Amino acid sequence: MSAVTGTRRSAPQSTRAARKAGSSRPPGARREERAGWLLTLPFLLLFGVFTAWPVIQSVFFSVTDITNRDLRTPFQVNFVAFEQYAKAFGDPVFRQAALNTAYFVLVGVPLTMTIALAAAIALNTGITRFRAVYRLGFYTPVITSIVAVAVVWRFLLHPDSGLVNTVLAWVGIDGPNWLGSTTWAMPSLIAMATWRNFGTAMIIFLAGLQAVPQQLHEAAAIDGANAWQRFRNVTVPVLRPTILFVSVTTAIGYLQFFEEPFVMTQGGPLNSTISASMYTYQQFSFGNYGYAAALSYLIFLVIAIVTALQFRFLSEKED
Amino acid sequence: MIGTRSRWWLYVLLTVALVLVITPFAWMVLGSFKTNAELRQIPPTWWPQNPTLDNFTQLFSRLSFGTYFSNSTIVAVVVTAGNLLFCSMVGYALGMLRFRGRRLIFALILGTLMIPGVVTFVPLFVLVANLGLVDTLPGLFLPFLVAPFGVFLMRQFVLGLPRDLVEAARIDGAGEFRIFFQVILPLLTPALATLGILTFLGSWNNFLWPLVVAQSNDTYTLPVALALYSTGQNEQQYGLLMAGATIVVLPVLVVFLIFQRRFIQGIATTGIK
Repeated sequence: MSAVTGTRRSAPQSTRAARKAGSSRPPGARREERAGWLLTLPFLLLFGVFTAWPVIQSVFFSVTDITNRDLRTPFQVNFVAFEQYAKAFGDPVFRQAALNTAYFVLVGVPLTMTIALAAAIALNTGITRFRAVYRLGFYTPVITSIVAVAVVWRFLLHPDSGLVNTVLAWVGIDGPNWLGSTTWAMPSLIAMATWRNFGTAMIIFLAGLQAVPQQLHEAAAIDGANAWQRFRNVTVPVLRPTILFVSVTTAIGYLQFFEEPFVMTQGGPLNSTISASMYTYQQFSFGNYGYAAALSYLIFLVIAIVTALQFRFLSEKED
Repeated sequence: MIGTRSRWWLYVLLTVALVLVITPFAWMVLGSFKTNAELRQIPPTWWPQNPTLDNFTQLFSRLSFGTYFSNSTIVAVVVTAGNLLFCSMVGYALGMLRFRGRRLIFALILGTLMIPGVVTFVPLFVLVANLGLVDTLPGLFLPFLVAPFGVFLMRQFVLGLPRDLVEAARIDGAGEFRIFFQVILPLLTPALATLGILTFLGSWNNFLWPLVVAQSNDTYTLPVALALYSTGQNEQQYGLLMAGATIVVLPVLVVFLIFQRRFIQGIATTGIK
């Protein structure tokens, strides 16, 4: 099994090595050098100004007291060391936002991945009719603007004239005021995010499932393994790199969730859905640039740690 | 694996799931043809009782959705064009040409692949403000003309092209730029299509940066206008909001349905790399 994935992954490297060893340095080496730099130059310029420089500058901002009054003179500000970071840890709203974000990620990521994997496996069991239709339908929410679908979901979840509570009423359930309740607002946002995002993970899982050898499944079935055992011992090991990729990218996205509370709840009720990104944006719009920069760095740090942890625990184990 | 006879429940399950996934869109489109009064009705209606185009005409006549629509389109088209051109140039240079520093450049690009927008938006705003580009369309698209992801994607694709191609063109006397534009670029079409669709969608749906930079009716993009409109004093204008959401979603939905096969393949390949 690991041999299958192993050869697949090393293929590009081996062709590269062959290319390197096979062809001697061509006559136009200097021309090639010049072309390489000229082709890269526009990118480097734009990338340097609009990505690399802001990344460096945000470190600088986060240790100063810069506000919107310093907009024209961003270098004449006071150095405050880690005061902004200390302020963040003592800020009850940010602590609430951090907890909310953890809630959203810890429930949302496993939920999204489970539904995506279930859909992928269902579509991979050999059904032939309408397979493309299901795949297309499940994927459609992914391409839509979160703002637009959040507006629609706000109406779906409306306590009186919403579709969700109407359907619940048919079966005798008196649905809550979803977005107006501190208990139900966050689960509602998670439900929407799952609906919006599971399609991407499903497509990637479907591609990953192509690597699971059918003979292994058959052999395991002959040996008497039931469906769950085959899933656990045949599918999951082959799928491990895919699971890692999906969980990393989903978690990175969910750790920054912003549009959902911005449109659906404005962070309420009682800050129960405010996210770390949304609070950062709020501080920025109040003019507290230094504080917002520090908050954004904290989010970045958490993203880096979560990604590292996933690589540590989900990547292929050496047997 | 699963026998043919036991598959019927799989179809039932998938169909129920499909209906659940699609319902919000149907509800949105149908709702955009309803009056405000009908949208407040309890219990809600499914089909519009008195279908009306009023919501749409109001969005374009009373509100400036025409401007927002063209802003969104201009920004998305420029961003897509920039990414296609610059990322394929760099992807080719890094994947095919040998020049000093290319490893360093690639490492730099890989290192920033995962840097989220939330980290850079504060200093980026200060920079754009000092360039005098706040509340302008260039302020909206300039920071997004190149993306590390695009370079990564194009380089992966270029690595699969034979080097003889370039050497043969050189022997024929073609210049380096001509080789890129006339020999390489046509071969990159599938990768360009994937990158193009992904970039266009990303730009069309982008929210945080336009929310920060666009500050007036003249520069709002569709998602910004819709979000501000839906959370402001017009929170109760259900009909207008449903029509607004439809206008944001429908164009990309149509484009997606036309190109879906290529698009879904693209997602799958970027995933398993």
